[in-house]
Amino acid sequence: MKGLLVFTALFVAVFGKETFQGEPTDLSTPVDIRVPNIHLQTVKAFLEAEDIQYYIMIEDLQVMLDEEQEQMLKAARTAAPRTTDDFDYSNYHTIDQIYAFQDMLVAENPSLVSKVVIGQSYERRPLTVLKFSTGGTNKPGIWIDTGIHSREWVTQASGTWFAKKIVTDYGRDTALTSILNKMDIFLEVMTNPDGFAYTQTSNRMWRKTRKPNPGSSCVGTDPNRNWDAGFGGPGASSSPCSETYRGPSAHSESEVKSIVDFVTSHGKLKSFVSIHSYSQMLLYPYGYTKTPCKDQNELHNLAKKAITDLASLYGTSYRYGSIINTIYQASGGTIDWTYNQGIKYSYTFELRDTGRYGFILPANQIIPTARETWLALMAIMKHTSNPF
Amino acid sequence: METGELNPNYYPARRAAAVVQHYLNTRYGSPYRWMFLGNVHNASSEDVTEGRKYQLELTIQEMISNVSGPCSAELLFPGAGTPQVQASCDWLLPNNTRAQEEAFYQQHRDSHNLVSGDRIPDSYGHMEPTMKPFWHLGGVASSFIMLEQSNQSTLYNMAQVANFTQLETEKDQLRFQYHVLLHEMVSQEIIHWKMLITWSPAEGVKVLQTDLQPKCNCEDPPDSIN
Repeated sequence: MKGLLVFTALFVAVFGKETFQGEPTDLSTPVDIRVPNIHLQTVKAFLEAEDIQYYIMIEDLQVMLDEEQEQMLKAARTAAPRTTDDFDYSNYHTIDQIYAFQDMLVAENPSLVSKVVIGQSYERRPLTVLKFSTGGTNKPGIWIDTGIHSREWVTQASGTWFAKKIVTDYGRDTALTSILNKMDIFLEVMTNPDGFAYTQTSNRMWRKTRKPNPGSSCVGTDPNRNWDAGFGGPGASSSPCSETYRGPSAHSESEVKSIVDFVTSHGKLKSFVSIHSYSQMLLYPYGYTKTPCKDQNELHNLAKKAITDLASLYGTSYRYGSIINTIYQASGGTIDWTYNQGIKYSYTFELRDTGRYGFILPANQIIPTARETWLALMAIMKHTSNPF
Repeated sequence: METGELNPNYYPARRAAAVVQHYLNTRYGSPYRWMFLGNVHNASSEDVTEGRKYQLELTIQEMISNVSGPCSAELLFPGAGTPQVQASCDWLLPNNTRAQEEAFYQQHRDSHNLVSGDRIPDSYGHMEPTMKPFWHLGGVASSFIMLEQSNQSTLYNMAQVANFTQLETEKDQLRFQYHVLLHEMVSQEIIHWKMLITWSPAEGVKVLQTDLQPKCNCEDPPDSIN
């Protein structure tokens, strides 16, 4: 009894009744107290002297309140943005929010941006590409895709940032304006929307498409092993249950076939950049063979320039080289196919980080990642539009 | 298989260096000390009777204090079984983490308020500050598994702590049951492991039991997607 009386008396005397969360009632019921920092040592000493057991539930309430405040502000911001200026680029978004963003961007910039639907996913979602063009016909083009592997969330998030960056910088940034005067830019933000939906509803770590495989309980094909370049060779799996399942045949996935058809019918793409995460790498062909691609020297030097520019912003360090040397042998890959179609400046990015967070990169790294990656993209696009 | 000097930026050297990272975590890791691989500076390898031997000069980053330093290592990938590593990183001394580790240990050793958590980090890369040391601990403990499972065709990282539960303290060791998701880069598989681990400042991290979970082409447990 003495302990409880002394305890209560001390606290009421020093801190006022407000420090208690609830009232001290009896000896066996724990009571929670909030202790101002300046009194911390006194309180601890008192409790120990009186042999009153205590446990620290929250080390620093202020930190928790700050974090909660931040989250609430974020939540307030994610109430449907009315313009792409309101859109919260520093957060991850749902499929619907990204589709809505694309429509808003087009509506706000009708003379620069249009939406091209290149096909449908397995689950019938539209495969939409944003076309950035200053007009004219038969212009050469640059292609950028993000989100082909659905769990690589920083890529779709960066894609929305790139879209906004292009419309912001056109007419303001000399280099980008010059590129767009000569070439069109095509940007597919959600290249695998079915997979992306699945990462949001069911399995955050889903990579592949969502097309079922006959005769197997395992769903999906790896869209980056499904291209007709070294298809069926080592560096992809023939098992539907594998994360690197190449699919029943090359271009079997509509998410891949739609791009193949687009590229083929466009006929004048000069650069093709497919964006993944994670590992911090900039890669060029080939993945399916050790034979160096014929433009290896030029692609290597351009990659070096691009990652140097990338590093200039925050010091983020990237490695670069051919896929097969730098990361692993991979067959049926996107940029091996696009390169073999004659699209010389074919690159794959692996964005942040190098394994600490991996696929679940904190949202506060989205904008820094997008900003630094943009510098590398600009280096590639500048060279593409002006190789000599 | 290249023999002699290796390009330190290409995957053979990088995979070997990642094994050294896991080894260092098993030796020195704690809830306040978690090592990651920085750059590889030099690498060479050769065939030996027992398997394949690598010599490496690399930079290791300690994630919490943000201190980096050089290490030299020798590692052997035997024909089968756990890689054998010898590494020296003179700067990796248990000094500045002592106070934090001790406070954390005292905070959790009386088993009145056993802690648990799940999805660390969550889908958005977020975690409560109080969960961070448990994330680090999960990563360090995972290194025991990742070290054991590594070979020249693998590259492992811990993708997420699916959940953890603190068990009663025993013999002065904090004890935990962990369920972790490991990402293997070459196969791109997510591999689920459960493990029983202990930790104290004096004894470091020990992994008592590991259980590979069957691959399931299924959904995350309910209520676990935010």
